[in-house]
Amino acid sequence: MTTMFTPDHEWINIEDHEAAVVGITPHAQDALGDVVFVELPEVGRTFKKGEVAGVVESVKAAADIYMPVSGEIVEVNEALRDEPALANSDPMGSGWFFKVHVSDMGEFDQLMDPPAYDALLKTL
Amino acid sequence: MESPVTELLKTPLHALHLSLGARMVPFAGYAMPVQYRDGLIAEHRQCRSAAALFDVSHMGQVRLSGADAAAALETLVPVDVVDLAVGRQRYAFFTNEHGGLLDDLMISRPAPGTGFGDLFLVVNAGCKDADLRHLQTNIGHRCTVVGMPERALLALQGPQAADALARLNPGVKDLVFMTGGVFELADAPCFVTRSGYTGEDGFEISVPAERAEALASALLALPEVKPAGLGARDTLRLEAGLCLYGHDIDENTSPVEAGLTWAIQKVRRPGGAREGGYPGAAAVERHLAGGAMRKRVGLVGLERVPVREGTAIVDAHGHALGRVTSGTLAPGVDRPIAMAYLPQDHAAPEHEVYAEVRGKRLPMRVTKMPFQPHRYHRG
Repeated sequence: MTTMFTPDHEWINIEDHEAAVVGITPHAQDALGDVVFVELPEVGRTFKKGEVAGVVESVKAAADIYMPVSGEIVEVNEALRDEPALANSDPMGSGWFFKVHVSDMGEFDQLMDPPAYDALLKTL
Repeated sequence: MESPVTELLKTPLHALHLSLGARMVPFAGYAMPVQYRDGLIAEHRQCRSAAALFDVSHMGQVRLSGADAAAALETLVPVDVVDLAVGRQRYAFFTNEHGGLLDDLMISRPAPGTGFGDLFLVVNAGCKDADLRHLQTNIGHRCTVVGMPERALLALQGPQAADALARLNPGVKDLVFMTGGVFELADAPCFVTRSGYTGEDGFEISVPAERAEALASALLALPEVKPAGLGARDTLRLEAGLCLYGHDIDENTSPVEAGLTWAIQKVRRPGGAREGGYPGAAAVERHLAGGAMRKRVGLVGLERVPVREGTAIVDAHGHALGRVTSGTLAPGVDRPIAMAYLPQDHAAPEHEVYAEVRGKRLPMRVTKMPFQPHRYHRG
């Protein structure tokens, strides 16, 4: 199981060969503060890498969720609709956002690995 | 672009904020705590249920001295200052020549000889330099206008604020809403008013900068008091239906549009003993007589999506009605709440309008404000 990161503080985790889970990083949820609303993409929609696939809102601000890779949304985390604070309490686990059928694994490999992401965080 | 934190001004509580784990943000040229470790929602609830301590030292404090100070100040605000009794406090605003709002402020009349002047003003951080110039230029020849950057300002707010502050000086319990006086706190003379910006009972405390940390630490040592940042201050004041200058009111809004006519006493209105005489009086009086075209209203979202400042408000046909001036998902109401200026024919309570958020039309209902009942201590 490999977790990769974007410079925009999304994480993506390949569960099996092609479906990947996407969420926001602990750093992102900490910067946002208390998450009160998450707008999730529709299942079946396809996005290109870098497109806005969702929105996460704290009391203070709204932040776009960018697609880490190109692909089709195959599942969204319905629990977030009733309990958006899962994105704060368990951002890498039960606070995941959506699953995506990755159309180009090459894009996945180009994302930041954990050491690269840690290095990015140290510069912030 | 935000200026780097190193160039920002610091309040006397800066080190304390950092030690409390505050997240500091630039605000009106200052590095200010937006929230502490517990987070905005916890801090908001702390203020509604117990007591929260806010650093508002970035705000401006000004004293006016001289026998003519009150009459002079009335040439800049449409508010009755001359009749303001010793120990009383009043909400006011500076107007421009079009009747727009230059800033809103609190005016207190301290007892003579206390060192806080004949009138003690608290103005907004972002406007304080301009306000000071405005006062000096226009009434500096009639009274002494002195900024007080040597003082910090703390706000202690919440249902347990009075019990908490009384442990430092029991005398503060004699104050009621919108009164104030000098009290010894943390071995320093402080000007304490029973007022605030959260809708709760509470106090604002002007303290010498060098005693601010001692006072804040003494308050934070009490079990009912926790620190709260600017984030919670904003959600609290919005639930209380209170305007934020530069957002809900500005140079282009008249006091009548903003729903602030209650702050213009009869004596300053047409037919009153000291009517007019402030900048833009003719425009304000036209609005007072004939009503304004638009009005500040409260909106509650029927869905859970937050509706933020700048969001377009439209009618059922998609015709533009106005824009949101402040909006959030209110921790206390657990719904999106917002303020907006709407045409009079869409401004009645229960009227339904729509907020355009990311291409969707979300229903919102005009509602009476405050969104949360005020709990001021009126004695």
